[in-house]
Amino acid sequence: MRECRGVCLPREHARCWTLEAYRRGGGYRALERVLREKVEPGAIIEALKTANLRGRGGAGFPAAIKWNFIPRAAEGQKYVVCNSDEGEPGTCKDRDILRYNPHALIEGMAIGGYVMGASVGYNYMRGEFWEPYQRMEAALAEARAAGLLGENLFGSGFDFTLHNHLGAGAYICGEETALLESLEGKKGEPRFKPPFPAAFGLYGRPTTINNTETFASVPAILRGAAGEADGDWCSGEWFRDLGVDNAGGVKIFSVTGHVERPGNFEITLGTPFAELLEMAGGVWKGRRLKAVIPGGSSVPVLPAENIMRANMDYDSLQQAGSALGAGSVIVMDETTDMAAVLERIALFYFEESCGQCTPCREGTGWLHRILRRINAGRGSRADLDTLLDVANRIEGRTICALGDAAAWPVQSFLRHFRHEFEAKVEAGDANIADKTAAAIRAA
Amino acid sequence: MLSADALADIDRELAKYPPDRRQSGLPAALRIAQDELGWLSAESIEFVAAVIGVPAVRAWEVATFYSMYDLQPVGAHKISLCTNISCMLRGADEIAAHLKRKLGVDFGQTTADGKFTLKEVECLAACAGAPMLQLDRDYHENLTPARVDEILREYQT
Repeated sequence: MRECRGVCLPREHARCWTLEAYRRGGGYRALERVLREKVEPGAIIEALKTANLRGRGGAGFPAAIKWNFIPRAAEGQKYVVCNSDEGEPGTCKDRDILRYNPHALIEGMAIGGYVMGASVGYNYMRGEFWEPYQRMEAALAEARAAGLLGENLFGSGFDFTLHNHLGAGAYICGEETALLESLEGKKGEPRFKPPFPAAFGLYGRPTTINNTETFASVPAILRGAAGEADGDWCSGEWFRDLGVDNAGGVKIFSVTGHVERPGNFEITLGTPFAELLEMAGGVWKGRRLKAVIPGGSSVPVLPAENIMRANMDYDSLQQAGSALGAGSVIVMDETTDMAAVLERIALFYFEESCGQCTPCREGTGWLHRILRRINAGRGSRADLDTLLDVANRIEGRTICALGDAAAWPVQSFLRHFRHEFEAKVEAGDANIADKTAAAIRAA
Repeated sequence: MLSADALADIDRELAKYPPDRRQSGLPAALRIAQDELGWLSAESIEFVAAVIGVPAVRAWEVATFYSMYDLQPVGAHKISLCTNISCMLRGADEIAAHLKRKLGVDFGQTTADGKFTLKEVECLAACAGAPMLQLDRDYHENLTPARVDEILREYQT
């Protein structure tokens, strides 16, 4: 077992979301020390670099590099924004951070604000997260009352204000520039990049956006393994050493679908998939594993034999032909109808396309209609070629990655499970042949 | 059109943003209006735009873009069932059929007594508790038909 709670998911459970419980585990010591000692922002970035912390929202971009993009000396207002718009199908980790460890996020964002020279932060939560929103609001009130947010924190001259912002229902707002548009009170339509948010972000000001889990990892990384061990302070080494070469530390994996015990598991990066599957109780009902989507519905699906050889880290899953994404592991047993699953995934992207780019707006509708036809036994062999053709024409031709996210499942399901689609379209072709014959007979 | 309490709530939301960025409070203001009025009529959307101080079209854009705003009257309680992949793999279809039979409505419809509106929604990020639904603001996870019956009974009274 390589389960390692305590970075983003709390170790203890009784009222773990309170300030008191968070402080018992060493909470806010990193912020206090950073501010009292006026630690050089560069030293904090260096620690994150050593720790090899990669963004936990899906893209895996190194946090230290992102934090370095911000022109710290630039005059005027800068912002830190947390992306808590969790919505990638199969992903349910940020909700648990918000509900059970809200102060880790607050502390991480405050440290981020100090490093970036930003005095204001916004935590953007998806609109459906009413319970997490209430938890976060209570946590902000506790932190303000305890002098952990506000003006001149710990006498350092650094001010930091943090607000929770609730969305209103749109997957696209998990895309960072759509999130900024939404935070400005507009439709969540992604912006062209460049300019990147570091130069032109919220209200056109320099902005750093990180995922909930990324921010929440920062205090523990700075604090060190035991929370007290001085040698670990602001080094990041202990975190790096938990992970593998190209990715440090621990990460939460949401294991869902056909397993005995679905759940969130905070484990060291590089843990073999087989061990993670075991933590979730294995495939349910004693059945055999058929396929796994290892990083949320947009990443390519992998057949059992491929995933069983892979480890849960960025490079290993990439070598296996997929991606770690947000760590959202969707497990499918031997009874799963892959064409039906792909139809549901295609419906999702069709529903959630913001409509700004033609290839995505029109193409996602095509994908869904063709898959619905195939599953209804009305498909034909030519439909399989059309599916791939449409997917290939969406990929890489849109402003944001939602188009790619719609294309990749189609390409990978057809790559690995083409025989299942063929069986359905053969039945469809036979139907068409029968109908033609019947029509001829009737004539 | 809105109560003093609702207007005060909107002011509290607006205080989160710079004074010249009141539009950031628009989504929250629409939510507060919907909570009070039940749904968003053309009149209420335009009222909210005036409260925020933006052209009505800005409020229309937001109200029509996001899935949580109801632009038609809905029942006293809204049931949003997730049918996305993790829920589908664990029996969301069975729960959907059970809810439709029990309530006598299809997705997108309201029961004759005006009590419940049934909606099919996309992933709500509670996949480890699949299948799940959201009833008004509360999540209900690890659903079975029996559990659904219990939940409905709680809201029937």
